[in-house]
Amino acid sequence: MSEQLLKVEHLYQYFPAGGRGKNRKYVQAVDDVSLTIQKGETLGLVGESGCGKTTTGRSILRLYEPTKGRITYKNEVLFDSGNVPMMDESGQDILEGGKPKLGKKTAVNMKPYRREMQIVFQDPYASLDPRMTVGDIVGEALDIHHLTSSKKERYDKIQRLLECVGLNSEHANRYPHEFSGGQRQRVGIARALAVDPKFIVCDEPISALDVSIQAQVVNMFEDLQAQMGLTYLFIAHDLSVVKHISNRIGVMYLGKLVELADSYELIFHGVHPYTQSLVSAIPIADPKVARANKRIVLQGDVPSPLNPPSGCRFRTRCPYATARCAEEVPKWKEVSKGHFAACHKYD
Amino acid sequence: MSEYLVNIEHERLSFFTPAGEVKALNDVSIRIREGEVLGIVGESGSGKSVTAYSLMGLTAYPGKLLGGTLDFNGHRINDMTEKQMQKIRGNEVSIIFQDPMTSLNPVFTIGNQIREVLKLHTDKSKSEIQDRARELLQLVGINEPDRRLKQYPHELSGGMRQRVMIAIALACEPKLLIADEPTTALDVTIQAQILELMMELKDKLGMAIMMITHDLGVVASMCDHIAVMYAGNIVEYGETDDIFYNPKHEYTKGLLRSIPRMDSKEHERLVPIEGTPVDLLNPPKGCPFASRCDQCMRICLREKAPVTHFGETHYSTCWMNQKAELEGGKRQ
Repeated sequence: MSEQLLKVEHLYQYFPAGGRGKNRKYVQAVDDVSLTIQKGETLGLVGESGCGKTTTGRSILRLYEPTKGRITYKNEVLFDSGNVPMMDESGQDILEGGKPKLGKKTAVNMKPYRREMQIVFQDPYASLDPRMTVGDIVGEALDIHHLTSSKKERYDKIQRLLECVGLNSEHANRYPHEFSGGQRQRVGIARALAVDPKFIVCDEPISALDVSIQAQVVNMFEDLQAQMGLTYLFIAHDLSVVKHISNRIGVMYLGKLVELADSYELIFHGVHPYTQSLVSAIPIADPKVARANKRIVLQGDVPSPLNPPSGCRFRTRCPYATARCAEEVPKWKEVSKGHFAACHKYD
Repeated sequence: MSEYLVNIEHERLSFFTPAGEVKALNDVSIRIREGEVLGIVGESGSGKSVTAYSLMGLTAYPGKLLGGTLDFNGHRINDMTEKQMQKIRGNEVSIIFQDPMTSLNPVFTIGNQIREVLKLHTDKSKSEIQDRARELLQLVGINEPDRRLKQYPHELSGGMRQRVMIAIALACEPKLLIADEPTTALDVTIQAQILELMMELKDKLGMAIMMITHDLGVVASMCDHIAVMYAGNIVEYGETDDIFYNPKHEYTKGLLRSIPRMDSKEHERLVPIEGTPVDLLNPPKGCPFASRCDQCMRICLREKAPVTHFGETHYSTCWMNQKAELEGGKRQ
């Protein structure tokens, strides 16, 4: 079995949203998400906008301080709120004398870990400083972590990085506005790669790009992974791209992880009604298949995360919802090997 | 009256910007029959939206129509004054835009915005207009229409707003609905709802739809015909099945190769189209796609390819289709 790189247990991220004291309201952006990422794999995370996939990615890097939860990177605890149970390999809480085993409250200094964990942002237009040259944008990370000892070395490293992502070495002296969207995204990737990371959170890196450019960037992600042994958390709303690049896929709905499985398994044998409707809603670029395909069209909209439905959060749109779904939160269970889901249908 | 509802022939349109002339459309011809769905596919900047806007007489300031004829439902759009255009717009042809967040006016209620169209184009009484507005909201699948009519756009979700946009567009039962990337800003499950609704309404009202999108998946299930645009040219045109199963232009082929397929079992590598889209300020002399085409020949850089017809409607402009004849010619 391959080595586990990252473990997230019972991650909660609530944002305060108005009200005082007892009446304080919270946006429950991420609610009890647990996942593990193996070394060298790509874990895809899909869901509709507002389902908390980006927040999950950012909370893992502690760009937001999690409300509750435990994040373990390479067996070192980066963050532990001290009040969530520990989990074993199969995702069950570990019990000690009838009570869940808790961890020790921890919050380490992230700076040394930032070298290993990086992020590529969604919008290549907003995530690059317009007043810095591309060379400085990429070089800034080198300076912060004191990775180069001379100007010459710094210059060479920047050149190498730009070539690595398919840009010319002359591009280092130019400013972001001189580049197209696809090229800017490459700059963003070069910046993430500057510190030789092991783990990269890719937050919708291709949604802002044109179709013909998307394939170029997707291929580049795959090449870089093969060359440098990178591990990705690949966040996107486009299931066909995620399926293409990921080994495993997690599906989120309204702050909850509802299903997690191998990509192939999830697409063709998804068990959660939300996964099934998500898969069937993807427009297929093949007229004969598309005409034959019966879409499961969900009714209604995603409820507000300020006031999510009781029990199963998907019940308001679920075609199979029963009375039980309103009362009980479905448990996170292994339905077959390596295939997890949270739905009352599979008890 | 001709057999076509829309007949655009050899349209040329440029934007005269301070940096120079941007040739947005080069010889674009489009025909749509009544009740037909035409998909226009292309990258950003390929001229899909410009084509549609020019048909509505909405070409923005530095843009100028340089040639060609635009016929719609018996009107010659070229010769019409703004006043005449206003009678047609919203009445015989309407448009829904990409972003439902910005295309509704935030300071007026939904009801206000629906009633506006009816006030302008019909001579119904106030109560009739109110009834019709209510009926329209029900038509697009919005519950509790009375409450919704009093709400402002910010109180509705993205999918709901797009439904309202559709209700406004359909208020006068237009002959043609132009949908400019109607689902790009929406989530997949909401996209499925909106596409379903559009097809349902098309069957009910019998209108034609011009569907502008960059998503080949959207056109595959909806459209009768597809036009593929690249750098202001229609590079291939044909029935949906022709385009997907028998593409003749290298750009269409490349586009189909570059999208990840859901049904592939093994991990296949994507075949991207290398390079970047052309700069319309200095369009190349020959085929616009030549610099990114892996089948590029010498003639592609020199001259524009002629139109090759493959069937009643299917045509493409690629020198590869002429290759056999060209080589045959050389041998003689």
